[in-house]
Amino acid sequence: MKLRNILILLVALILIYGILIAVAELPPYGNPDNPAYNQVAQRYINQPIEDTGVPNMVTAIVLDYRAYDTMFETIVLFTAALAVVITLKSSEKGGGDQ
Amino acid sequence: MRDYILKRMAAVILGFISMYGFYVILHGHISPGGSFAGGIIVGLSFIAFSTIYGIQDGSAKLPEKILVWVESYGTLWYGLMGLVGIVKGAPFLANKLAGVDLGTPGTLSSGGLISLIGLGVGIRVASTMVTLFFTLMEEEA
Repeated sequence: MKLRNILILLVALILIYGILIAVAELPPYGNPDNPAYNQVAQRYINQPIEDTGVPNMVTAIVLDYRAYDTMFETIVLFTAALAVVITLKSSEKGGGDQ
Repeated sequence: MRDYILKRMAAVILGFISMYGFYVILHGHISPGGSFAGGIIVGLSFIAFSTIYGIQDGSAKLPEKILVWVESYGTLWYGLMGLVGIVKGAPFLANKLAGVDLGTPGTLSSGGLISLIGLGVGIRVASTMVTLFFTLMEEEA
């Protein structure tokens, strides 16, 4: 039992050390030279009005650049509502006769 | 009779709350806010009505048939708006590429399909909120 705890501690420490090394290698937060700030983000920030005619940048991304994402988001919402209605309505009527 | 003040105040305020929700939905593309936030406000005005006046009055105002209809066709509306791009020979859900007139940026009728899609999404978010509330309340009653 004691040996097992020591082994678990050892494995956990090795894992924590590895993750910390990976975190230390990350680029600094908010640095404009980060690889995440590529030309896609530049384009979304610089010309939403030319591309979509909408001054609200968030709406331009959500409903135009990323319209597929929002469409399936609404389908997820629809499915969630459908599941709740099916579950609760059928339990109200049924009473376990099936 | 017990909640006279509450009911009279709700009768005055809830219409404006609902109207404000539609304002947020319709102005989602030119001001902060949007279809999800506006839909939540519209749905909450109906939920507040049902909690103040009772679930029976709320269901009578907004029957389940209408809720299901709005919810289903609101989801379909998004896909129909996407088909505009295919009809015009552009990718699915294309807006500018499909040659839709974008209007003057900053006015209510700008943005092409964005405001239409936003209206559909907002209305169906509201109906989802109200449907979930009614279903859970009926279960409890």
